Amino acid sequence: MTYFLQNFVNALQWGSFYALIALGYSMVYGVLLLFNFAHGDIFMVGSYIGFFVATGLVGLSAVGVITLPYWLILVLTILISMILTAFVGMLVERVGYRPLRDAPRASAAITGLMIGVILETLNLIMLGAERYKFPELLQTEIYELGGVSVTNKKIMIVFVSLLLMYLLNLFVMKTKWGMAMRAMAYDFAVVPLMGIPLNTIAALTFGLGSALAAAASILFGTAYPVMDPYMGVTIGWKAFVAAILGGRGSIVGAAVAGFILGFIEIFSASVFPSTYRDLIAYSIILFILVFRPHGLFGQEHTSKLRL
Amino acid sequence: MLLSVKNLEVSYGNIKALHGINFDIEEGEIVCIIGANGAGKSTTLRAISRVVPVGPDSSMTFMGQNLLDYQADKVVSKLGISHVPEGRRLFGNLTVKENLQLATFARKDREKIPSDLELVFSIFPRLEERITQMAGTLSGGEQQMLAVGRALMSGRKLMILDEPSMGLAPLLMLDMFEALKKINAEGTTILLVEQNARLALRFAQRGYVLETGEVVLSGPSDELANNPEVQKAYLGG
Ligand SMILES: Nc1ncnc2c1ncn2[C@@H]1O[C@H](COP(=O)(O)OP(=O)(O)OP(=O)(O)O)[C@@H](O)[C@H]1O
Ligand SMILES: [Mg+2]
Repeated sequence: MTYFLQNFVNALQWGSFYALIALGYSMVYGVLLLFNFAHGDIFMVGSYIGFFVATGLVGLSAVGVITLPYWLILVLTILISMILTAFVGMLVERVGYRPLRDAPRASAAITGLMIGVILETLNLIMLGAERYKFPELLQTEIYELGGVSVTNKKIMIVFVSLLLMYLLNLFVMKTKWGMAMRAMAYDFAVVPLMGIPLNTIAALTFGLGSALAAAASILFGTAYPVMDPYMGVTIGWKAFVAAILGGRGSIVGAAVAGFILGFIEIFSASVFPSTYRDLIAYSIILFILVFRPHGLFGQEHTSKLRL
Repeated sequence: MLLSVKNLEVSYGNIKALHGINFDIEEGEIVCIIGANGAGKSTTLRAISRVVPVGPDSSMTFMGQNLLDYQADKVVSKLGISHVPEGRRLFGNLTVKENLQLATFARKDREKIPSDLELVFSIFPRLEERITQMAGTLSGGEQQMLAVGRALMSGRKLMILDEPSMGLAPLLMLDMFEALKKINAEGTTILLVEQNARLALRFAQRGYVLETGEVVLSGPSDELANNPEVQKAYLGG
């Protein structure tokens, strides 16, 4: 039982990462009917932006320009990085995807992969091959709860992720911008007839997705601080799988499937040798998709592209 | 002149759908464009809404402004031209209320929104009763009401409608056209395209007959309705 609970906590943590990243894939797909294959690298960019923001704030605190407690630096790092990374995402949309709005979907997919490579390479050129380490903003504290060890970091990661998902849901369901995103996911071509600029909503969607990826990357950095230019690739693909599992374009699906993926991975690793983890985990997901090809929450409805 | 269209050409790839048509609309009028399947009726409306590109020699002037200077969303939010598309195209995943709200997304004259909403509900009381219902679950007639109501919320100068009678039972068609008359009486100019020529000519003051991308006839509705060619081709003899 304690063994189960221990895994449960770890699964929640990994599920949080996957869910936050998967949301970006799903929102963009829902609105623009394309997968942003640069999204994993946006996660990486978010991490480096977070690194510089955190390091800068720690430095300013050290020389006494500002005096901030570390927890506040962490909160500020998350917020500032989300904003800056949102702009990176909007830039990617503007430069990479907008010119291809009417092009075949395969072109957009290839563009995404190329933008990913460009982001990785730019990182290497600007920062070199040296590995950076995310600053320790939260001292690890371990709590023993009935034999299960829980760290303050894990609690923080899961809490912040759930909070962000709750806020995203509020935004999508309650604001006119969120309403426009839902409308665009349903019928792309009619949105301009409502006086709504498509490009603005597209940019907003990219911005939101990228901001969530940035938040994920900083939470990730508190638990796994070693950074490198390719850090977004594997986790990005896995989150993409979660987005597919949840159902293309489904926001709820992406969040739920992110956690499901976390659980499947962690529990596969707890039962089988850990080298088998991905083999087992992704076989299970393939198996689910055979029976639910539209994913867990996906609908057959596809947005119409023309009036 | 509210809208003046000159030499409007639209092509889809290599296929020319409109071969340089001309028409105009005076403020306050109800004007119809009738024509058979594939004549180019929807294309004409799409051109006004700026969702399809037009030929280099085409010009469209709305209230003295060059319509071609405006992007699709600005045609609605800045010029007040609303478009009820073919097949209604409601946002089925949004409620009736949300569909109506969304149409006001970019309106600058926000103080007028409540009175416009009242107008929509006074013309279509059914919509007020169904305010929290998902648009996708409305009946066909209610969906058409919402499509028109939504357009009214998005802009009040000119409403262009693509086959508002489509899929409605005969009595509902009449109700729908009566509703359009009320909207017109409240100050909105109306341009509608219809395959149901009889109905369209009954409600519109003037009409244009479109055949394979060209205007072949135009004039006051009663003249068109009495024209033997129109009778033969569009009014069943
Ligand atoms: N997206 C498109 N791509 C290619 N051709 C198109 C497209 N839309 C319309 N057309 C063609 O342009 C011509 C005019 O079409 P349009 O939809 O304007 O006709 P319509 O008068 O509205 O017909 P209907 O009464 O059937 O709605 C037709 O020949 C049609 O096949
Ligand atoms: Mg048509």
